[in-house]
Amino acid sequence: MSPSPVYLDAATAAPMHPVARQALLAALDDGWADPARLYGQARRARQLLDAAREAAAQAIGVRADELSFTPSGTAAAHSAVLGGLTGRRRVGGTLVHSAIEHSAVLHAAQWHEARGGTAVSVPVDRLGGLDLAAWAAAVAAPGVAFATLIGASHEVGTVQPVPAAAAACADAGVPLHVDAAQLVGRVPLPAGWSVLTASAHKWGGPPGVGLLVVRKGTRWESPWPADERESGRTPGVVNLPAAVAAAASLRAAVADAAAEAARLAPLVDRIRARVAAEVPDVEVVGDPVDRLPHLVTFSCLYVDGEALLHALDRRGFAVSSGSSCTSSTLRPSHVLEAMGVLSHGNVRVSLHRETTEADVERFLAELPGIVADLRAEAGVTGL
Amino acid sequence: MSGADRAGGPVPDEVLDCRGQRCPLPVINLARRLPELPVGAVVRVLADDPAAAVDIPAWCRMRGQEFVAAHPDAYDVRRTS
Repeated sequence: MSPSPVYLDAATAAPMHPVARQALLAALDDGWADPARLYGQARRARQLLDAAREAAAQAIGVRADELSFTPSGTAAAHSAVLGGLTGRRRVGGTLVHSAIEHSAVLHAAQWHEARGGTAVSVPVDRLGGLDLAAWAAAVAAPGVAFATLIGASHEVGTVQPVPAAAAACADAGVPLHVDAAQLVGRVPLPAGWSVLTASAHKWGGPPGVGLLVVRKGTRWESPWPADERESGRTPGVVNLPAAVAAAASLRAAVADAAAEAARLAPLVDRIRARVAAEVPDVEVVGDPVDRLPHLVTFSCLYVDGEALLHALDRRGFAVSSGSSCTSSTLRPSHVLEAMGVLSHGNVRVSLHRETTEADVERFLAELPGIVADLRAEAGVTGL
Repeated sequence: MSGADRAGGPVPDEVLDCRGQRCPLPVINLARRLPELPVGAVVRVLADDPAAAVDIPAWCRMRGQEFVAAHPDAYDVRRTS
């Protein structure tokens, strides 16, 4: 008999919240028409879209007209960065970002560079925290149009000093984008940003919905071909049933966020402590204190990351890895690289509202044996 | 051994050719070989897997050995204990 599955990869995609499922099914009946048209079905769709926007905006504390639904978190991040650069192109062509941004942001930066722009990467320390002095110097340099900072690392969980980074941006007159994909629905949002993005499937909404929030007065300009939908910020018709489900589940996730963080953070503490104590030669990475409540990452010396993921999968555990052998590019995670921590044998565990203490206990009970078996097979025991 | 090589670092006492190996193999081979060398000896690990650039310095930190220098696809490590 195969073991019961334990899904521990919420940072990639959280299981859909029951509220999202209910809202999605209900909205399929009423939300198929184009909200921009002038007939009854369209008016009903418009009402649903307006209500979803209002609910999502209220849940994260912004104005409804500042929030657009995008086709994904990636599309939101691309729009945030490229739109911020477009809006301030007369000031200069430089983008400042941290070394540990999500690949969506880094790909937008590369796109910008390929078109003659400049991107400046600011380093992090061994725990994955932003080098604030380097950040302040980078954003104060001449020609900086825009800055972008991940709110907390999606790979190692370290929360970034957004208020201080935002203050440096404000001093330099540079607008800041915060990639809040791992924050929204989990922890209170920091202040000081001009543009914020998130992704619904990280909080239990459906895949294929992103949030793009542009604060009033921000010099942001759509980098895409013109389209009147979503205040002109993101082209194409909104996937309305998915947006309705995203908004409903966001409201539910935000309402439960404090209680869930209080429940999950001690489980992450337990994983950090027990893995370090019970698996020999392991490096638990990321800040032990300033971190997300639901995410923990560690690397096992001499262990092949892909083999570890497969071994865990055979025992029913779904986790992800930043090891090079698990990536399509065969390069180690740029986040682990920037931190200077061990990249092979890497495992990221991320918890969600369905994760139980028993799930975590079973993982902790089985992990040391799985790692020991892999080391024995590779002949590296005791090395 | 004494003197300096072209890269300006110490001349390695031994070269470990791990080219074509995927991580963690270069680190495993380093971990096997270094304790067999005398304290103070320098081994140069040739490795073209990009992960080696991260993992060899990290191994030195975890094992208390000295990471001397990184060259293109080559990493010098001194046995200190």
